[in-house]
Amino acid sequence: MQWSWLLPGGQGFEMSIFVDETTRVVYQGLTGSQGRYYGLLNRDYGTQVVAGTNPRKAGEDVDGIPIFASVTEAVAETGATASCIFIPAPGVHDAVIEAAEGGVQFIVSVTEGVPAHDEARFYNRLRRDFPDVQLLGPNCPGIISPGKCNIGITAGHIALPGGPVGIVSRSGTLTYQALYELKQKGIGCTTCVGIGGDPVPGTSFIDCLTAFEEDPETRAVMMIGEIGGSAEEEAAAFIRDNMTKPVASYVAGVTAPPGKKMGHAGAIVSGGKGTAAAKMDALRSAGVQVGLNPTEAGELMAGIVAGL
Amino acid sequence: MSRRVQEAAEVDLFEYQGKQFFAGYGMPVSPGEIAFTVDEAVAAAERLGIPVMVKAQVHAGGRGKAGGVKFAATIDEVRTHASAILGLDIKGHVVGRVWIEEASDIAEEYYASFTLDRSAKKHLGMLSVEGGVEIETVAEENPDAIAKVWIDPVDGLAEPECRDWVAAAGLPDAAVDGTVNILLKLYTAYVEGDADMVEINPLILTPEGQVHVLDAKVTLDGNSVFRHEDYAAFDETQSRDERETAAHRIGLQYVGLDGSVGVIANGAGLAMSTVDVISQVGGAAANFLDIGGGADVDTMAGALEVINNDPAVRSIFINIFGGITRGEVVANGIVEALERVVINSPIVIRLDGTNAGDGRLILEPHFSDSLQMASTMLEAAERAVELAATGGTGV
Repeated sequence: MQWSWLLPGGQGFEMSIFVDETTRVVYQGLTGSQGRYYGLLNRDYGTQVVAGTNPRKAGEDVDGIPIFASVTEAVAETGATASCIFIPAPGVHDAVIEAAEGGVQFIVSVTEGVPAHDEARFYNRLRRDFPDVQLLGPNCPGIISPGKCNIGITAGHIALPGGPVGIVSRSGTLTYQALYELKQKGIGCTTCVGIGGDPVPGTSFIDCLTAFEEDPETRAVMMIGEIGGSAEEEAAAFIRDNMTKPVASYVAGVTAPPGKKMGHAGAIVSGGKGTAAAKMDALRSAGVQVGLNPTEAGELMAGIVAGL
Repeated sequence: MSRRVQEAAEVDLFEYQGKQFFAGYGMPVSPGEIAFTVDEAVAAAERLGIPVMVKAQVHAGGRGKAGGVKFAATIDEVRTHASAILGLDIKGHVVGRVWIEEASDIAEEYYASFTLDRSAKKHLGMLSVEGGVEIETVAEENPDAIAKVWIDPVDGLAEPECRDWVAAAGLPDAAVDGTVNILLKLYTAYVEGDADMVEINPLILTPEGQVHVLDAKVTLDGNSVFRHEDYAAFDETQSRDERETAAHRIGLQYVGLDGSVGVIANGAGLAMSTVDVISQVGGAAANFLDIGGGADVDTMAGALEVINNDPAVRSIFINIFGGITRGEVVANGIVEALERVVINSPIVIRLDGTNAGDGRLILEPHFSDSLQMASTMLEAAERAVELAATGGTGV
């Protein structure tokens, strides 16, 4: 039922966005070292980790979690509704398609280093053949709805459950930083979505802002951007035209020199475009409160929450 | 999950490498040879036959304006031009090699490129009859002169679509078939070669009616090297400063900056933010360094060594928020690095997230004036900037 927001005029339920305590997750790559580590950590958090996949280890289990040959089998046997992909970059394209064909509705791809052409291909393939499937990532920390569900690599203890703030971020570690800043101030989070810093993110700022706007539990939104591309400017236009809930923001890379790629494939100032200053201006003119560092953005959010 | 970080960088090709890349996909390029010395340039021209072009090979635009591209009608001119161009500084890039190429007669110059449109999430092809100048200039002064086509990566670029696009660009009839042929191959090279960008500027029409590739700008996606083993060779020719080369060798994402506070952080966003915060509290970062997700002991120790070897560094700020990176691993890396090398500058650490408590316990016995812990990012930045101003022992 968490998909109602995708439908035109969909009515909001009492919910977090994208995932909640009813989400049943299959881990593609659960038998690998990272998949096992974070899959079990996610289960410990309370996430319903119902299955893993590995065609060579079907019939085995990882600490009691059954392994199936494919996502299709895992869905048939366990009723999985979401997938989390812990598979090395060369296999991510096929893993995403396998998850969509297998029938899950939400796919989290954590892996870094996926070629941009693969991302462009599976993004457009999902759009066309599986329009109801929401992909998060690749190269993202995942999603946490504190107290309900944690899929990916976020340390659960840094997030305070309960809302009223929704978080969306392009950067993994800044996602944690944002959760942490809010927790220090005793402010809870409805859902925290790390959309990742790759050139073709499956879920955009606007997807998340749309969902937060419709989620009755979320009453304010924290948005963490970074230099490069135009996603923040597009989000600013969306906020100006569509958001009634207050937004606080921070954009990383204020001091980044032009022409130097700052780690993320997307994070580069080129030809005077994609600067933090331009993004902050766009956000400010859309009514967003913009902090100059994560701490200041957290303080601005605390001010917003106090006034709700 | 942890990748070899050096694979993530983009890979810029020199013009001649780009032309070899294009030739591999059947596109018409001129015969030429690469030369590292004046004598090699002369020998290449003798083999090719004059006239030739002498072209500086650097990862920078504006070569022509800087005097890096010359026509040589005689062997003496080849010698003169090669002498002038080798060693020339073009936008901070010193020319170390020249491409000696058979000269072409030019009737018209066009522009063609493919890249990813991140907003549309589709591939974008651009074609213009105004070639030979920077496309940014055309986009500003005469945007209608650029014909654009958006290509769904699932469908690819079909010939009828390509013909419509060439027609929309207004190329003369004589150039249409040759251009369509080249664009279809260029798109194949872009996709199969996992390029971030391919650009031909200029694409020329010769007086004899041949369409021909006269320049090549190619950026490959470093994440794709697992399926292009030959790309490893291009890695040797990337332009990096000494610090960047050292960091790259051990697989770190490093960008050299001008300040005195060395930065080590996990995650690109946090590293950028760390550089920002240092600047906001009145200091300046010496570098951007992302140790990536799931960094191990060797990565951490290696990162410290790279920072330590930068004579401009007077304090070091290690900013870690553990997700996939675990606190105790970071702590062990720091301890091991301290055993391996003498660190010249005081270190301030901020550690939160996954297993941060374990990490702090490991570090605690080593705390001193030169190894301090701060509880917040802002506090750590302030301490590091203060130490850089007063306590650092850099050269």
